Amino acid sequence: MKDQQMKKMIKGIAAPLPLANVDTDVIMPKRFLITITREGLADGTFADLRFDNAGGPRPDFILNKAPWTQANILVVGDNFGCGSSREHAVWGMRQLGIDACIGTSFAGIFYDNARKNGLALPIVSPETRDLLLQAAGNGAEITIDLSGRTITAGDIRAPFEMDAATQTALIRGRDDTLDSLEHAGAIRDYEAGLKSQMRVSVIK
Amino acid sequence: MSRTLYDKLVDAHKVCDLPDGDMLIYVDFHIMNEYTSPQAFSGLDAKGLDVWRTEAHLAVVDHVNATRSNEPHDKASKLLIDNLESNCTKHDIAFYGLGDPRQGIEHVVVPEQGLVIPGMLIACGDSHTTTYGAYGALGFGIGTSEVEHVLATQTLRYKRMKTMRVLIDGETAPGVTAKDIIMKVVQVVGAGGANGFAVEFAGSAVRHLDMAGRMTVCNMAVELGARAALIAADEVTEAALQGHSHSGRFAFYGESWHSDPEAVFDNEVAIAGGDIEPLVTWGTSPDQSVPITAHVPVASDYVSPKAKAALARSLNYMGLTEGQSAQSIAIDTAFIGSCTNSRIEDLREAAKILEGRKVAVGVEAIVVPGSAMTRIKAEAEGLRAIFEAAGFEWRPEAGCSMCLAMNDDIAMDGERVASSTNRNFEGRQGRGARTHLMSPAMVAAASVAGHLADVRDFK
Repeated sequence: MKDQQMKKMIKGIAAPLPLANVDTDVIMPKRFLITITREGLADGTFADLRFDNAGGPRPDFILNKAPWTQANILVVGDNFGCGSSREHAVWGMRQLGIDACIGTSFAGIFYDNARKNGLALPIVSPETRDLLLQAAGNGAEITIDLSGRTITAGDIRAPFEMDAATQTALIRGRDDTLDSLEHAGAIRDYEAGLKSQMRVSVIK
Repeated sequence: MSRTLYDKLVDAHKVCDLPDGDMLIYVDFHIMNEYTSPQAFSGLDAKGLDVWRTEAHLAVVDHVNATRSNEPHDKASKLLIDNLESNCTKHDIAFYGLGDPRQGIEHVVVPEQGLVIPGMLIACGDSHTTTYGAYGALGFGIGTSEVEHVLATQTLRYKRMKTMRVLIDGETAPGVTAKDIIMKVVQVVGAGGANGFAVEFAGSAVRHLDMAGRMTVCNMAVELGARAALIAADEVTEAALQGHSHSGRFAFYGESWHSDPEAVFDNEVAIAGGDIEPLVTWGTSPDQSVPITAHVPVASDYVSPKAKAALARSLNYMGLTEGQSAQSIAIDTAFIGSCTNSRIEDLREAAKILEGRKVAVGVEAIVVPGSAMTRIKAEAEGLRAIFEAAGFEWRPEAGCSMCLAMNDDIAMDGERVASSTNRNFEGRQGRGARTHLMSPAMVAAASVAGHLADVRDFK
C-alpha cells in the first residue's frame, strides 16, 4: 500500500549551519566520488568540515558536538547546495541520517536531487530561518509537517514553501522513473510528431 | 502572445502535464560522463528497464582521467572509465573514450561535433550544461537519478522557471573578455541570485562575442544559480553550425529561437559593458571578485555581522589580509583548462600574452586543451610551441583535470592557483587549495608576473 510508505512528519534535533553558499564540493569532496555505487558516502559527507587533515574529528564543528551529533535536520544558510550536480552530496547526507534541511534558498539541481532521495528542503523566510537557527543552537527539537507545510520548534510556528510535486514525491516516496513510464503513450505521441531532422542520432 | 526564448523552448518540448503540477519535457540529446552515470545504469538494471532511445545519448570520459597520458592513473578511475564503456556497449550508446580522437571535455566536444543546434533541449549530469544556451538551445544539469530517468523515458519531470534578462550593452574595453563579463554578472547578481530562474543574456556586448565567448558566459551562469542560460541564435550561431561531423543531420525549425520583442521577463538586470574591468576572485565563492586594479575588501565594506564573518572566513581560508591589493597576491600555480575556458580561442588569447615571455621562477604552469581536436588544432597553429617556450606544461590528453581535481592534478594544501576555471570553492582544486578565477589571458599574465597581474600591462 502506498499509504504505508507515507512520510508526513519529520521530527528531531536540528543543527545550525549558518554559512551561506555551502556548495556540493564542501558537502561531498571529490575524493569520495570515485565510486560506481551510491553506498559508503556517510563518512565523506562534510568531511573537510568534520575531520582534520589527520582524520580526527574537529571538536568545534557543530555535527561533532552533543546534542547535534544526533541531528537529523539542518538549518542552513542561503543558497545551500550550489555548484556541482553530484547527487553523491544528497546520498551522503541521507546516509549520515539527515532527513531535512531548512533554508531560504537552494540551488536547483540540489533541490531536485534531494526530492529523488527523500531529503526534504522546506523553504522559509530569512526571519524564520534566523529564529530556527537560534532554536537549533539551543538544542530545540524541530517538527516539519510535510502535509501541512508547517514547521514548529518551541514557540515558533511558521509556514514553509514547497512545490506540490516535490511535496507529493516526498510524502509518497515515489519512484519518478517508474511513475513517468505510466505516461509512455504521451511520450510516443510526442515523438511521432517530431520531424526526422529533430531526432538526434549520435555518430558512434 | 509574446514569449521569451526560454518559454518557446519549454513549450516546444512539453510532452504532457502531470497531475501533481510537474510536466514531462522531451530531451532531444543527453550527454553522460563516467562519474555521474554509473548509478543511473545500475538503477535501470535494478528496475529491469531498457534505454528508451539509444541513439540520442553520448557518453564521454572527461572528469577522472589523467591528462598526462591516455592510461588511467589509478585503479579507481579505471573502474569508472571501464564501467562507462561497458554500460555503453551493453545499451548500444555512442562512447567517446580515452584514445578516441573525438574525446575531450563534454561541453567542448559537443559543439565541436556539431551536436548542439538552436532549439534543442540538452540534459547532462553536469551543472555546466548551461553552456549550450550559447546556441539558443536549452541545456541544463541534472543529477544521477534524473540521468536514469532520461535513459528510461527520454524525458524529465520539469517545472517552468521564472525568467531573468541580463542586458549588457556597450562596448567592452580592450583586455576585457567573456570571462570578465560573466564574472561581473555573478558579482552583481550574486552566487544564488538566479536560483529558480532561466537567464537570457542580451545586449550589444553579448552579441559581439564569438561562440566561444558566448559559451563561457552561459557556462558560468550556473554560478549565479541559473538552471538555464540562453543567448538568442543569430548569424554568428548559424555560421558556427557548419563544418562539423554532425552538421546538417538535424534541425529544429518552426520557431525563431529568440525572445519576442514584447516578451516580459520576471526580472531584469542591466550592466554597462564599458564598466567591466578584468576581474579576479579573492574569496571562496565565484561572486567574491574585484577588478585586478583593486583591493581585497575590508570588514567595514560590509554592514551585517553575517557578511563580516563570511569575509573573515574566506580570507582565512585564502590566506589573504583585508585590503591587500589584488596584484600583490603571489601564485604557485597557473592552470588553463576546463569547460569554461579551454577552447582554441581561449588558448590563442593566452598564447598572445605568453609569446616571447617566460613563466616566473617557482610557478608551475599547466595547460590542458579541452579536447583532442582542440589540442591538434592548437599544435598545428603553433600554440603548443609558444606555451612550451614560455615554460608551460602542455598536456597531451584532454579532460577536466585541475578544475575539480578528480584526476591526479590536485593542488596541495595552501597552494595558490591562478585558474581559468569556474569555481573557487573551498577544497575545489584540492584540500586547502586556494583558487583565483580569471580569464585565460589573465592566468597567462599571472604566470609571467608570479602574482595576479593586469593583462592590460602586457602589450
